[in-house]
Amino acid sequence: MAMSQIDSAAVKTAQPLVDSAVSVRNVSKKYGDVQALKDLSLEFPKGELTSLLGPSGCGKTTLLKIIAGLLPHDSGQIEVGGKTVTGPGPDRAFVFQDFALLPWANVLRNAAFGLELRGVAKSEREAIAEKYIREVGLAGFENKFPHQLSGGMRQRVGLARALSVNAQVLLLDEPFSAVDEQTRRKFQEDMLALVANEKKTFIFVTHSIEEAVYVSDQIAILLPRPSRVSEIIRPTSFRGKGVENIRRDSEYLDIVDEIWASLRSYVE
Amino acid sequence: MILFGRKLPAMSSLLVWALVWEVIGQLDLTFFIPPLSQVFVTLFGLIQTAAFQNALATTAYAFLIGVGFSVVIGIPIGILMGKTRVLDELLLPWVNIFISAPLTALVPVLMVLFGFGTKTIVITTALFAIWIIILNARAGVLQINRSLIEMGRSFGASPLDAFFKIYLWAVLPEILGGVRIGIIRAVKGVIIGQLLVSIVGFGALFELYASNFLMKEFWAVLIVLFGLAFTLSGFLSYLERKVAFYASSR
Amino acid sequence: MNNRPLLLKLLSAALVFGAWEIAGRIPISYAFPTFIESMTALLSMMGDGSIFLAYAETLKPLVLGLVISAFFGIGIGLWIGLSARFEWLFGPIFIVMQTAPLAALIPILVMVYGIGLTSKVFVVCVMAMPVIVLNTSGAVRNTPQSIKDMAKSFLASDRDVLVKIIIPAASPIIFSGLRLGVSAGFIGAILAELKITPTGVGDIISYSRSVADYPSMYAAIFSIILLAVIFLNLLEKLENYMFEGNNRGYVSD
Repeated sequence: MAMSQIDSAAVKTAQPLVDSAVSVRNVSKKYGDVQALKDLSLEFPKGELTSLLGPSGCGKTTLLKIIAGLLPHDSGQIEVGGKTVTGPGPDRAFVFQDFALLPWANVLRNAAFGLELRGVAKSEREAIAEKYIREVGLAGFENKFPHQLSGGMRQRVGLARALSVNAQVLLLDEPFSAVDEQTRRKFQEDMLALVANEKKTFIFVTHSIEEAVYVSDQIAILLPRPSRVSEIIRPTSFRGKGVENIRRDSEYLDIVDEIWASLRSYVE
Repeated sequence: MILFGRKLPAMSSLLVWALVWEVIGQLDLTFFIPPLSQVFVTLFGLIQTAAFQNALATTAYAFLIGVGFSVVIGIPIGILMGKTRVLDELLLPWVNIFISAPLTALVPVLMVLFGFGTKTIVITTALFAIWIIILNARAGVLQINRSLIEMGRSFGASPLDAFFKIYLWAVLPEILGGVRIGIIRAVKGVIIGQLLVSIVGFGALFELYASNFLMKEFWAVLIVLFGLAFTLSGFLSYLERKVAFYASSR
Repeated sequence: MNNRPLLLKLLSAALVFGAWEIAGRIPISYAFPTFIESMTALLSMMGDGSIFLAYAETLKPLVLGLVISAFFGIGIGLWIGLSARFEWLFGPIFIVMQTAPLAALIPILVMVYGIGLTSKVFVVCVMAMPVIVLNTSGAVRNTPQSIKDMAKSFLASDRDVLVKIIIPAASPIIFSGLRLGVSAGFIGAILAELKITPTGVGDIISYSRSVADYPSMYAAIFSIILLAVIFLNLLEKLENYMFEGNNRGYVSD
């Protein structure tokens, strides 16, 4: 079963001890003749941030969209909070790589859009959205339109929209890949605070090794052809030392080097 | 669309419509719609007649000359407009006016100025085609990648080299796109011209068939015209796709 | 030099109208009146109101045809854009209509519907509808996948996706399809008046040609082109104003 696909020698922590918010069991997915995912199993511990990291084409975005219910899978099972996933649900919220904001709606309506689709009354949903707009640092921009915002600010709107629906699981698809490096660093620091404060489960797709190690409680390394989880890494020592000390921590540096060593042969 | 697990070709539904036409024709519901099969029989007889071949030749002649003029005049004007700001500011308002103006209204003027003949139809055709060709050539020049030109200069290209080896190729996709739309407009222009002049080419044939209620002949000519127009536009978009590969990677 | 563009526009107009005037004075043809003669004729037609009556007549089939084309064109276009089956069945018809010289259908329309208003409305519809349908269906099909995914991930129903995502996202392209439809409709309306029966502006053009009153003929043609261009420009301004946010940098900039 799953163990045949997971290289067990490389798995640092066999199974997480905390209970899982999301379980992926033996999931396979084909695009025509291309095997995007094969018999993939992975647990996502509750209240933690798990990164899916790997070279392009390793199926990390496919896996995320399958968990979101946006893509059907061919076989296997996905459970979120104990319930089997058959499509999108109120227990998950998605943050998109290209922000996916409505260009014809202002920041307030965009942030409240998830609630609008759920039929929440206008005054109520706007009050909730305003709270999260403040939380992501966009107070005062409620009436601006997406084209009047920078890339980083647009993604903050996307984040506010995902937080507003109060889903237990947040799915982030390379959320910072379209913003500049300095904004990105700020985002990463904010992510850590968010994970600590919100008590939600985060699943985070990225192709940046440093970013994954910086923000994650657990890093799943995915390798392509055929797509599989090759390794699960759980940093232990530098969490809680303060955002400014992480990049100097020796465990942080070791893990970054180690991941690069195992991925470099897959980079074309 | 997918039927029984097979993907049907995009244009295959036209066969369904042909069948519908045939059935309506066979039921003899209206005098105006004879069965498609009979139209095709008429068509094969018709294309061997001198009248049809003459009409086709006259139309093709007017069309080719008209398109030729608009290409030969339109492309250089467009390129010059893209490169010279004053010229651009002087000409652009007029190009924009004529590109959306109802040019049909000008045909009566052309008729009194140039007579009821091929000359008027050639000019109508060119008037329909030229503006979009100018506009696209201009747009192509304006959006040439600056770093491509700087690359040429940094490697010491002479102005002539720069024009023939960089400019022309960089603008080619836009120019071809303009020529394609121009040609489709020219097809409409040549037919509108002939309809209004109505004693030349297909215009005369339509007049003849319509006044004598020769429905099969009328539809046969229409099918030939539509078929030709469609094939031409398909061929042109095929050509455009062939150069599009580098248009997208600039 | 803030008013340089305006100055050059005026200069450009002066050059063209000047050339017209000179060509009329030479004259290059007995049927080529000067610019001033033509404008005088236009003013006198405006003075006695005859041109306004003519426009009332011309705009009837145009407006009627455009309203019908917009209504059915957008409806069919939405349907084609949403349903693969419907696209397979109806898409090719409109693609062929878009490339084919549809003006050739006029003699048939006249035979079927006579020489009255119906035929003229049909001509306008036949010219204007394909571009409206194709723009609408293309815009619906090209709605960015990521905002559709976004709506679905936030549990939008199919109706929500259509009303809150697809239609607003497609409306700039639908609107420019309408503008192109209006442009084609003008061609159709004038063609109908010149080819079917001379009424309205087409009547002024045909009549003044037959009595060799060339200034009036040029004036009528000038006025209809002017009207069409002004109207289409206004539509374009409206379009830019309404869809400002959509046009400026969305996903990738």
